[in-house]
Amino acid sequence: MSQTPTTVREGAAQPAPAAPAPRPARTGRPRARAGRAPWEEPPTVIGQGAKGITLAGVIAAVAVPLWIIGLTSVSTPGAVNRAGGLVIWPDGVTFDAYRQMLGDGTVRTALMVSFAITVVGTVVSMVVSVMAAYGLSRSESFAHRPILTLLIVTMFVSGGLIPTFLVVTGLGGYDQWWSLILPSAVSVFNILVLRSFYSTTSADLIDAARIDGAGDWRILWSVVLPTSRAVTAVIALFYAVGYWNSFFNVMLYMPTSAEKWPLQYVLLTYVNRGNGLPGSVNSGFGAANAQTAPLTLQMAVVVLTLVPLLLVYPFMQKHFRTGVLTGAIKG
Amino acid sequence: MSTARSERGKSTTGEDAAGRRTTGRNGTVRLNWRTRLRRDRTLLLMTVPAVVLLLVFNYAPLFGLVTAFQYYDPLVGVRDSEWAGLAQFQQLFHDPLFWGALKNTLWLSLVQLVLFFPVPIALALLLNTVLSERLRNFIQSVVYLPHFFSWVLAITIFQQMLGGAGILNHFLRQNDMAPWDITTNPHTFALLVTSQAIWKEAGWGIIVFLAALAAISTELYEAAAADGAGRWRRMWHITLPGLRGVIVLMLVLRLGNALTVGFEQFLIQREAVGHESADVLDTFSFYYGIATGNYSFGAAAGLFKSVISLLLIWGANKLAHAFGEDGLYRR
Repeated sequence: MSQTPTTVREGAAQPAPAAPAPRPARTGRPRARAGRAPWEEPPTVIGQGAKGITLAGVIAAVAVPLWIIGLTSVSTPGAVNRAGGLVIWPDGVTFDAYRQMLGDGTVRTALMVSFAITVVGTVVSMVVSVMAAYGLSRSESFAHRPILTLLIVTMFVSGGLIPTFLVVTGLGGYDQWWSLILPSAVSVFNILVLRSFYSTTSADLIDAARIDGAGDWRILWSVVLPTSRAVTAVIALFYAVGYWNSFFNVMLYMPTSAEKWPLQYVLLTYVNRGNGLPGSVNSGFGAANAQTAPLTLQMAVVVLTLVPLLLVYPFMQKHFRTGVLTGAIKG
Repeated sequence: MSTARSERGKSTTGEDAAGRRTTGRNGTVRLNWRTRLRRDRTLLLMTVPAVVLLLVFNYAPLFGLVTAFQYYDPLVGVRDSEWAGLAQFQQLFHDPLFWGALKNTLWLSLVQLVLFFPVPIALALLLNTVLSERLRNFIQSVVYLPHFFSWVLAITIFQQMLGGAGILNHFLRQNDMAPWDITTNPHTFALLVTSQAIWKEAGWGIIVFLAALAAISTELYEAAAADGAGRWRRMWHITLPGLRGVIVLMLVLRLGNALTVGFEQFLIQREAVGHESADVLDTFSFYYGIATGNYSFGAAAGLFKSVISLLLIWGANKLAHAFGEDGLYRR
């Protein structure tokens, strides 16, 4: 972390405005300064050292566990034996755990269930939220105030766990797929975020489309959605992460149907609680007395729940930064 | 559609404007409500799915709260269950397990307030002094990441690092030191859950503080530096006052949610540390309501928590107003 104290990069915060390519990706949080200001004292060695160590520690706290778990999942049984557990340094790499896990059995089913719930749930949530957000985004539209109030009230008062459980089971939701999606399909907060972006879509643009004969469906699809792509994408990703991570509704509504469990619940049962994996995954380790699955398999399950998040994370990140400005009027 | 019966927009002018869809919406002419209803019927239709889902899964449970005053029997339903008056609450207040859960909740809330609350502020201040934008973005990417992990995943990672078979204890045993298993020790459970919360959420928590820091004018710092204020005095007299509004707001939210210390986190780890230290109010309704089938008792516990929480939010806002800040809502 060496910085020459005299470096004053004036105006270096933004790329030169003459650059022709319109790249909204760089429009981050507006920063007042990019270099050390001339009036600032030069950094002390102790200060810089303490700062560097603290920040390195913070990064290590996140990165090191992920490294160890990822490495163990691809280690050979010999490497795990030599390490006496989790593997810290690479020592024999194999993808057997993944091959074994994806070949057959509980984990593969759980993976497919998780994907299905995530995809279907996200589609349902997005259709409902986008429609509601647009439906409430036109100022002066009929009754949008009372409907908005109806939505916002749910952010502050809720019936709580048991009345919700009774309603869902009363509708026959026990052991049904829809009970994993519909009760939590609508996030009022997300609708409000979408709505605030949709209402900034230029009124002129919408009026122009209306004069051309477009109805509200058409305007939503061809005018509003294309001009707020970033925020729509980030909300979709938030919904998707929510579905991918959900496990409590499984515990509530289908705790006994192991063949319907998503990955998070499998992770909880077979890794976190160390119960034996049923089925063929650890058949080599005696499925009859259902021993705890070998460590490499357990860590492979952890990695499987992690990888989709890591894959979408860069996109979400980009949209954290750009989403704020992309809702602004274009054209 | 019940939403069509709005109290608003009953002015009787504007029959001449009927059907002027292109400009009517933001025009100044006040339309007849029938006209507006007909004009906006598509928009209303779009809100229907969200409204229906919220009515079923958020509003219906509110009415389900009457079960707290009943001896609810799932076989006869809410309507025909026997009324209990306040008997469930009497039983609740005589239940030592309930008081234990309340005590745990308040204790954990206090520990989180003291240990968790300052961490994002400190981290944001630290990050704000990092000059290189790329390094700053990288650190932000890393510390935001755990926010997107599920609790199952986060706790599994903790277990693998600090648990009885984890990396830390492996290292301790190798070096002939006494093993130290924090993940199953009920006495240090508050520390464990707080460190988990810090690991998972403190990074995400810095976003609001970074935004507030970016909003502080550089000129203030420059003027202070010209007047001879060193970096610590600048932090004390400029940075911290600049953060005051956000800090008070966050504090109000935290106090208002004093009875909500997390749910899945405790659900997952209850087996490992035992119910005496892992039961909080939210899990109490689950374990003594749903898991035992004693729905009315659990609903009473949930209702108690909701009412106290609303009072706390109200009180915390009063406090914020007393400090001259806006809090959650304005006066």
